[in-house]
Amino acid sequence: MTPIVQVSNVSKSFGALEALKNVSCDVMEGEVVCIIGPSGSGKSTLLRCINHLERPSSGIVRVGGEIIGYRAEGRRLHGLSDRQLAAQRSRIGMVFQQFNLFPHMTVLENVVEGPIRVRKEAREIAHERAMQFLGRVGLAHKTDAYPSQLSGGQQQRVAIARALAMNPSVMLFDEPTSALDPELVGEVLLVMKELARSGLTMIIVTHEIAFARDAADRIIFMDAGQIVESGPASSILSGAQHERTRSFLAAVRH
Amino acid sequence: MAANLQDVPQAGDDYIFVGKIHYGRYLAVGTILLLLVLLVRAFAVGKIAWPVVGEYLFDPDIMAGIVNSIFLTILVMAVGITLAVGTALMVASTNPVLRYTARTYMFVFRSIPILLQLLIWYNLALIFPRMTIPFVLSVPTTEVLTPFVAALLAFGIAQGAYTAEVIRSGLLSVGQGQTEAAVSIGMTYWQSLRRVIMPQAMRVIVPPLGNETIGMIKYTSLASIIQYREIIYSAQSIYFANGRVIELLMVCAFWYAIVIGLLSIGQGYVERHYNRSSRGSAAQRNDQ
Repeated sequence: MTPIVQVSNVSKSFGALEALKNVSCDVMEGEVVCIIGPSGSGKSTLLRCINHLERPSSGIVRVGGEIIGYRAEGRRLHGLSDRQLAAQRSRIGMVFQQFNLFPHMTVLENVVEGPIRVRKEAREIAHERAMQFLGRVGLAHKTDAYPSQLSGGQQQRVAIARALAMNPSVMLFDEPTSALDPELVGEVLLVMKELARSGLTMIIVTHEIAFARDAADRIIFMDAGQIVESGPASSILSGAQHERTRSFLAAVRH
Repeated sequence: MAANLQDVPQAGDDYIFVGKIHYGRYLAVGTILLLLVLLVRAFAVGKIAWPVVGEYLFDPDIMAGIVNSIFLTILVMAVGITLAVGTALMVASTNPVLRYTARTYMFVFRSIPILLQLLIWYNLALIFPRMTIPFVLSVPTTEVLTPFVAALLAFGIAQGAYTAEVIRSGLLSVGQGQTEAAVSIGMTYWQSLRRVIMPQAMRVIVPPLGNETIGMIKYTSLASIIQYREIIYSAQSIYFANGRVIELLMVCAFWYAIVIGLLSIGQGYVERHYNRSSRGSAAQRNDQ
């Protein structure tokens, strides 16, 4: 079985700062992977390289066997056009820390925007499917609300529905609960656990260690732009090999 | 803090609250009313034949003039906004040639007075007597650069340079996260611009753009200098014949006020349209 996401020797520099140093990892279909680590360790950068929001300085990312951002001709890689890259991204869902809902559109319009404009779905079908996804995140009754009328937790659940509506082959979550008030974190994590159980491939950058223990098949610990270690949730959380991992976990659990 | 009457609390126990007396405000209001009476009186008894003003208010030449003013303004703004959007996108480009080209355009056309630009366009035939597209056509420049075309180019190109800054600030007002969200659901650059960025930028763009449109209605009066038949040119043609200078200028003032009043109302509607998503919400939580 080939992995659905393959990250091979990816490095990324911002000026003098090396955010990622030769990172490689694979994610299998249906796998739920949590990436943890201190801030500035390159977790979000790695995630953003997967859907080419950041262009890796070197290395290759493949999703579903396709090289992201490039077309291979023999040994030469040609940068993709805007349209081709958009088509690749449409198959990779992303949920942001700051939700990034479209504030000028209602909840329903946010969710059907991609299916109608990008996938060219018929309006009625897109609406019907959007209602299913909004039902899954528990917001079928909020279709006509604007994002500014929703709580942070509700907004993030709409953002999840918006990403799901594109039928992505993998979903990326970039610290989905970090911007939420503490009492709203649970509802978002609940939706994500539900998705994890449904067999969706998920890569989640998070600080919620308890969530990682419950939902993740595998945990990747990153520090200083590198993957320090990776393994089943239970073995990383209770029996980390590296001192750096152990001290990080001790600090976040206090 | 000054309290309005309805803000004065009803009563508590045996006390009665009494509003403050605003001596300063009463004095100001009194003065304004007095000045207003004097002003109206001055114009009423002054040497203006008001019946003549009424007579020319709907004169066909005047009407044609105001229609031409509006027509020119609409086309100028269309040209200006088109150039401005292109320029704003070029300024945001990562390509230095595009960036500097846009910056230079903005600098040049904002530095030269609009009246001077108008005169230069109108007199371009002095530099280039003929306009030529090789193997297609060659015509005398004066035939192409009629007063209307010269005014359209002068105002439109200058307006583009000003409006570019307005469009740019609008684009900048929309956070990077919106672009990222748009492309992450598979939108192309142009789709994200049209569906996500521009509609939000409009909230910032519309108010100054409305002001610029209102300003342009008035600037078109400069085109009377190069014989474009807008309202002031029409008024002048009439008063050169009958000598009723002030009366016809009053007619112009009336029509400008009407058109600009209508535009301001329209602007209010457009602004409300682009603000609709924030109506009815106590807090704006998602403005990242």
